[in-house]
Amino acid sequence: MLTIGERINGMFKDVGKAITSKDKNVIQDLAKKQVECGADVLDVNVGPAAADAVAAMRWLIESIQEVTDVPLALDSTKADVIEEGLKLAKKKAIINSTTAKKAKLDTLLPLAKKYDSGIIGLTMGESGIPRDRNERAEHAAVIISACMEAGIPIENLYLDPIILPVNVTQFQSLEVLEAIRDLKILSDPAPKTVLGLSNVSQGTDKRSLINRTFLVMAIANGLDAAIVDPMDNELMDAAITAELLLNKHIYCDSFLDAYRKK
Amino acid sequence: MSVEQVKEKWSNQISTLTIGATKEEGGTRTSKVVVGGESTLPYLFDEGQIPNKPVIAMEILDSEPVDWPCVLKEPFKGVLNDPVQWAKKCVDEYKAELLCLRLQGIHPDFGDASADKTADTVKSILQAVGVPLIILGCDHAEKDNQVLPKCCEVAKGESCLFGDATEDNYKTLTAACLADGHNIIGESPIDINIAKQVNILITDMGFDIKKIAMNPTIGALGYGMEYAYSIMERARLAALMGDKMLSMPFICFVGQEAWRSKEAKGAQAEHPEWGPEAQRGPVWEASTAISVLLSGADILTMRHPKAVEIVRKTIDSLMKK
Repeated sequence: MLTIGERINGMFKDVGKAITSKDKNVIQDLAKKQVECGADVLDVNVGPAAADAVAAMRWLIESIQEVTDVPLALDSTKADVIEEGLKLAKKKAIINSTTAKKAKLDTLLPLAKKYDSGIIGLTMGESGIPRDRNERAEHAAVIISACMEAGIPIENLYLDPIILPVNVTQFQSLEVLEAIRDLKILSDPAPKTVLGLSNVSQGTDKRSLINRTFLVMAIANGLDAAIVDPMDNELMDAAITAELLLNKHIYCDSFLDAYRKK
Repeated sequence: MSVEQVKEKWSNQISTLTIGATKEEGGTRTSKVVVGGESTLPYLFDEGQIPNKPVIAMEILDSEPVDWPCVLKEPFKGVLNDPVQWAKKCVDEYKAELLCLRLQGIHPDFGDASADKTADTVKSILQAVGVPLIILGCDHAEKDNQVLPKCCEVAKGESCLFGDATEDNYKTLTAACLADGHNIIGESPIDINIAKQVNILITDMGFDIKKIAMNPTIGALGYGMEYAYSIMERARLAALMGDKMLSMPFICFVGQEAWRSKEAKGAQAEHPEWGPEAQRGPVWEASTAISVLLSGADILTMRHPKAVEIVRKTIDSLMKK
């Protein structure tokens, strides 16, 4: 599984504070720790606090790339913030994210093409959050065909079926699991799938347990990538073990260490 | 309409292992051996790089062999109890580019030679020949742990390849190789899970992944060769798909395994229908060697010069793109 570390996000208090006070150490520390814990990609989101979001993105990326060279996922609703990130990223980045809305696709797909980046496509459209697996597949099909028209290889696309908090809408978890399977048959080569995992446990009392249980179920359904907190050790252990049981890694007694040494 | 050739793309490559250090690198070897570095399955040149050819290490013993048949002793007549002359013969006469010294004589049952005496032997061989050296213990854990560190010490700087570290006995040898800058062999009993575990245990001690060779243990033709073949193939596939803890070059003890079989060493007098052993034995060893080459072997330790010659030619033709 491609692990995208979620912690460098201005929504988190420590990060928001570091952005306003320009405290590089906090950001660099989080970058290093996430990579040590197994993050393959680091998500970067300036959050709501920054007055100048483009400048904040620039500062975050420069700070991060001083200490690690893992690829970045550029997480913003604003195209100019994303493009600033694409310009600075040393490795092939991932745009986080487009939806099936025409205006979004028209703005972001040209950027993905220009910078040969990956792109996450949320399976939601003009009508808002998808209600079931079918609506997810519908939006996914729109995104896939838009990518094909724009000349973006499907290998660069990560479809996110959008998980909602289990305490808000409980039946959606199953819909998402089914959607992960459904999305895979929409094109050949199959699009990759990704989840912003932590949303499933938003506002609940047992966040870590719910996160890791759902992640294991999603992996069993074929999930390729997840935006998670890699510093949640039990979560990472569960994900590694799930992949082991799916015969994706060769067993040895120290299989957890072995995976982290990859 | 032309059909596009389907090619596999791999995300990882086998690590590159260098045995031997020249004067510029702090040693006294006149040549080095570099193996590994493949980014494709064996000899599939269209799908990736195979930068180094597999290498044969000719085996020599520190004392007269106790279980070698006449056919195998014949080419080394007169030097079997003199490891230094034996080493020179392999290099001068049989053009060995790598030697494998097996310390049979330190085993309590076969001479119980001391650490100091054995270290002297190692030193003399290093002085007598310029090729790099593999040094193996006697499979008696306690004795190996006494002798091998001493050998590591006298060979410091020469970047030898020492073996074998096993799941139950790896710490002493790993520490010694680490201290004196040598490479190490991690051994597993035809078991991919243990192979991976041994590599993790060694690297956990701070050992560089690029200085490890994997001995997956093989069976000779007729003695589980296909099982060993499939284990090696699986490990190599996992390595190319990204498993760093299985991405070390393979070393296969071909001579040891082939010459254990009665088909290789049995005398024609006892088995008239098997034909002359002078041909049969070397061919048995060569067939075993070629099979493991095809499953990804990087270093072969071999015994009979005739078998070495056959396999050397085979390697050259396999490496022709």
